[in-house]
Amino acid sequence: MQMSGMGIGAMMLPSVPVIGNPVSAEHLLESWMDAADKKKLTEIALNAARSKGATYTDVRIGRYLQQYLFTREKQVQNIVNAESYGIGIRVIANGTWGFSATSDVTADGIAKCAATAVAIAKANSKFQKEPVVLAEQKGVGDKVWKTPIVKNAFEIPVREKIDLLMNVNNKALEGGASFVTSNLFFVNEQKYFASSDGSFIDQDVHRIWPTFTVTVTDKAAGKFKTRDAISSPMGMGYEYLDGIASEKIAGPNGLVGYRNSYDMVEDAVTAARQAKEKITAKTVQAGKYDLVLDPNHLGLTIHESVGHPTELDRVLGYEANYAGTSFATLDKWQSKNFAYGSKLVNIVADKTQPHTLGAVGYDDEGVPCKEWDIIKDGILVNYQAIRDQVKIIGEKESHGCCYADNWNSVQFQRMPNISLKPGAEKRSVMDMIKGVEKGIYIIGRGSYSIDQQRYNFQFGGQVFYEIKNGELTGMLDDVAYQSNTQEFWNSCVQLCDKDDYRTFGSFFDGKGQPGQVSAVSHGSSTTRFNGVNVINTGRRI
Amino acid sequence: MSIILTEAEAKALLQKVLKYSKADECEANILGEERGNLRYARNEVSTSGSLINQNLSVQSAFGKKVGVATIDEFSDESIERCVRRSEELAQLAPENPEYVSVLGPQTYGKSNGFFESTAAVTPDVRADAVAKSLELSRAQNLTAAGFLENRKGYSAMMNSKGLFAYYPSTNVNFTLTVRTPDGTGSGYVARGYSDIKKLDTAAATTIAIQKAKGSMGAKALEPGKYTVILEPTAAVVLLENIFFGMDARSADEGRSFLSKPGGKTKLNEKIVDERVNIYTDPANPELPSSPWSGDGQPLNKMSLIEKGVVKNMFYSRYWAQKNNVKPVPFPSNVIMDGGTATLEEMIKSTKQGILVTKLWYIRSVDPQTLLQTGLTRDGTFYIENGVIKHPVKNFRFNESPVIMLNNLETLGKPERVVSTESDQNYLIPPMKIREFTFSSLSDAV
Repeated sequence: MQMSGMGIGAMMLPSVPVIGNPVSAEHLLESWMDAADKKKLTEIALNAARSKGATYTDVRIGRYLQQYLFTREKQVQNIVNAESYGIGIRVIANGTWGFSATSDVTADGIAKCAATAVAIAKANSKFQKEPVVLAEQKGVGDKVWKTPIVKNAFEIPVREKIDLLMNVNNKALEGGASFVTSNLFFVNEQKYFASSDGSFIDQDVHRIWPTFTVTVTDKAAGKFKTRDAISSPMGMGYEYLDGIASEKIAGPNGLVGYRNSYDMVEDAVTAARQAKEKITAKTVQAGKYDLVLDPNHLGLTIHESVGHPTELDRVLGYEANYAGTSFATLDKWQSKNFAYGSKLVNIVADKTQPHTLGAVGYDDEGVPCKEWDIIKDGILVNYQAIRDQVKIIGEKESHGCCYADNWNSVQFQRMPNISLKPGAEKRSVMDMIKGVEKGIYIIGRGSYSIDQQRYNFQFGGQVFYEIKNGELTGMLDDVAYQSNTQEFWNSCVQLCDKDDYRTFGSFFDGKGQPGQVSAVSHGSSTTRFNGVNVINTGRRI
Repeated sequence: MSIILTEAEAKALLQKVLKYSKADECEANILGEERGNLRYARNEVSTSGSLINQNLSVQSAFGKKVGVATIDEFSDESIERCVRRSEELAQLAPENPEYVSVLGPQTYGKSNGFFESTAAVTPDVRADAVAKSLELSRAQNLTAAGFLENRKGYSAMMNSKGLFAYYPSTNVNFTLTVRTPDGTGSGYVARGYSDIKKLDTAAATTIAIQKAKGSMGAKALEPGKYTVILEPTAAVVLLENIFFGMDARSADEGRSFLSKPGGKTKLNEKIVDERVNIYTDPANPELPSSPWSGDGQPLNKMSLIEKGVVKNMFYSRYWAQKNNVKPVPFPSNVIMDGGTATLEEMIKSTKQGILVTKLWYIRSVDPQTLLQTGLTRDGTFYIENGVIKHPVKNFRFNESPVIMLNNLETLGKPERVVSTESDQNYLIPPMKIREFTFSSLSDAV
């Protein structure tokens, strides 16, 4: 990630961003400095920035740990133990933002870094017409927050993790896979935040993502198909991999959904079977279908078509040069009657739901986290906003969704968890399918693309089952659906209940320039959308 | 010591690293870089910053047991600790059957990618460059959002068999979106250079302004198959999926667009129009790049697709050894030859077609056929009888770059472009393509 511009050789690596430097597994458990020492260092930064002319300063000392394991078939391809440690200082001077970061976390290094941040702010203030104004945030004093994990993934021996992945690979190969890659991603953000408002917040955040891809080839026919894991990245420890039975949700035709515990080996066996089935699956006939969307699929559709368009910075134009703007403009929100979706659609933002990727105690501006409505009974009622923008929607307090992916990145508005509330009426997936005459049941995250204002989208999936007269009749291939966001959410006609509710997650959601990643969860239960346009993606070259 | 080491300083540091090694084989890579950026939106500065980074990575091997450790401080004590740690990890690691012994000394070509002009950029230089752009959009009551980032850095490596490599580089990327205040027009420009002297932010801004104003009042056309002229910024995001997918192992394993029924690959077969020539050349003065790969292999001028025929796929050293062929490292740059036609001439020779200036949100739909989906963005225009008639609403497309390069009509003059998907720089010509598949309309501006 830090090598861009040095040549494109790095692009041959697995396409996951690794932030920081490889270190030994044991090193990841070594103790770090205590909160009192961190506080002293942040005070150096706060004082240095103030003396150079900053009117506001926040400081983040971060130690970011990552352990990534990559295997294919019978071998371990790579084990990355990365640590990134440093300090990022953000200031307002002359009414303009400035930011600087350094890995030299000494008194001298910090003072120089603070001076650079102020110098950048002053240089840029020359053409700033509208000064930055922050929503008030009272200092919270000394606070501590930790992801409520049961097993710290970094304490589990690497051998045990490799054994798990080898077992996954073996089971997939025994089940008929031609190839299998499997990976484990573990992240621990240890971050200390201090601001000139008087907040000193120590947080310890943990995330996990187990995943694999099974490939089946038919060399004679020159065909290949893949099936990815239907796990979800979670804000949990290693306990997510326990695969406990009570967290499994039985679906139609022996399919299984996973709630807060994942059985990776079981899923690999299913994946091999399904990938083989995909090789001979019937190609879809393009047309209108009623779609029954599994939470492990629908999460990405929520992410792209509700999560991103309701980011206030996008609505205002701050992301116009890269990710784009939004169709969900202020006038639509002000009208109080913009029907984003049908009356069944209730979408909440939150940074508090247990086990999710977005859950933290405080955001990277020192704002306490909370839950709020985005769409209520189908109507757009709010956005996602941070301290320098929330005044635009007439609110006095930030929503608490500011985030930086590293000490060396500047924090900005990032998506909180955005979730669709389950239906109030008792309904299982089987009940839902029974009512569909001509439809497709879609599971898993596939290809996805949406325009820069979030109107027109196209989504694929991992597996597709044809529904005829209330029954699953077999697998389909070459399926993608295209729709318009408002049209799609207004075609939402039925929701399964809370017993089917699960979270999907995006571990590496990209935004900003320079690009940053963030991790976010999207909860939902299985949901039905009527009359959606399905295209056939089969081609010959 | 400076973060950016000279060749002599890098060599001395790496020699020190290797002196500590007790492994059968040891290889060390170092890099240092300084980056600065300025981001703005709504005609105001939003976020901007700077970053200093350095890194030493040591790989130790005992037989086929390999360990890697890295550190970001270069004191003697830290370096020794890093070497010891990599050796400890190697002793603990399972044997890697794919480990290939490190290379001996190599000879590298020359490539000048470091420019003092870019290395000397300060926050004020960035602010002045952006001010020139902002003045233009503000004067016309248009809204600008842009990003300027400069970087200077070096990378170097040495191993226990005596290989040494060093490459310093600089670059600057500038991207800008200009929108009309009513939100009905949007134009984009991207510029990437190794030498900041070539960057003219005012000239670039004029292009984005022209596209923003020209794209107001777009009319809807029916989706379907159209002749398109893809400006290089639009073409590159489709083409780079071809380059990324040319791995020999995947093709041999039957899971690539270069795999054939029966288990063979398409190496040495014609897959696209015979006018397509795609190659790498680190010494190209318009697109200088590293003359060596991360494992020390020399990178020289080499054809990927010649006259439409696949000439080379990328072989890792392991896969090459297993198949008894020469390794082919992944390149550090990619260039596509073009013709002599200007964009204006290409428009003039078009009876009916669509000028696409940018494509957005490109995602693979089917890796078997390289089918991609995505949308047009920031300026799409209808051409009739050789002239641009009016702007059109954005389209979603579903198209494979392989099919697209078989439907080639004309190639224009190549220019250096920045991929809006990968941020990489390329030399790519504008191209006229027949029967490009647009599958639906988008209301997005």
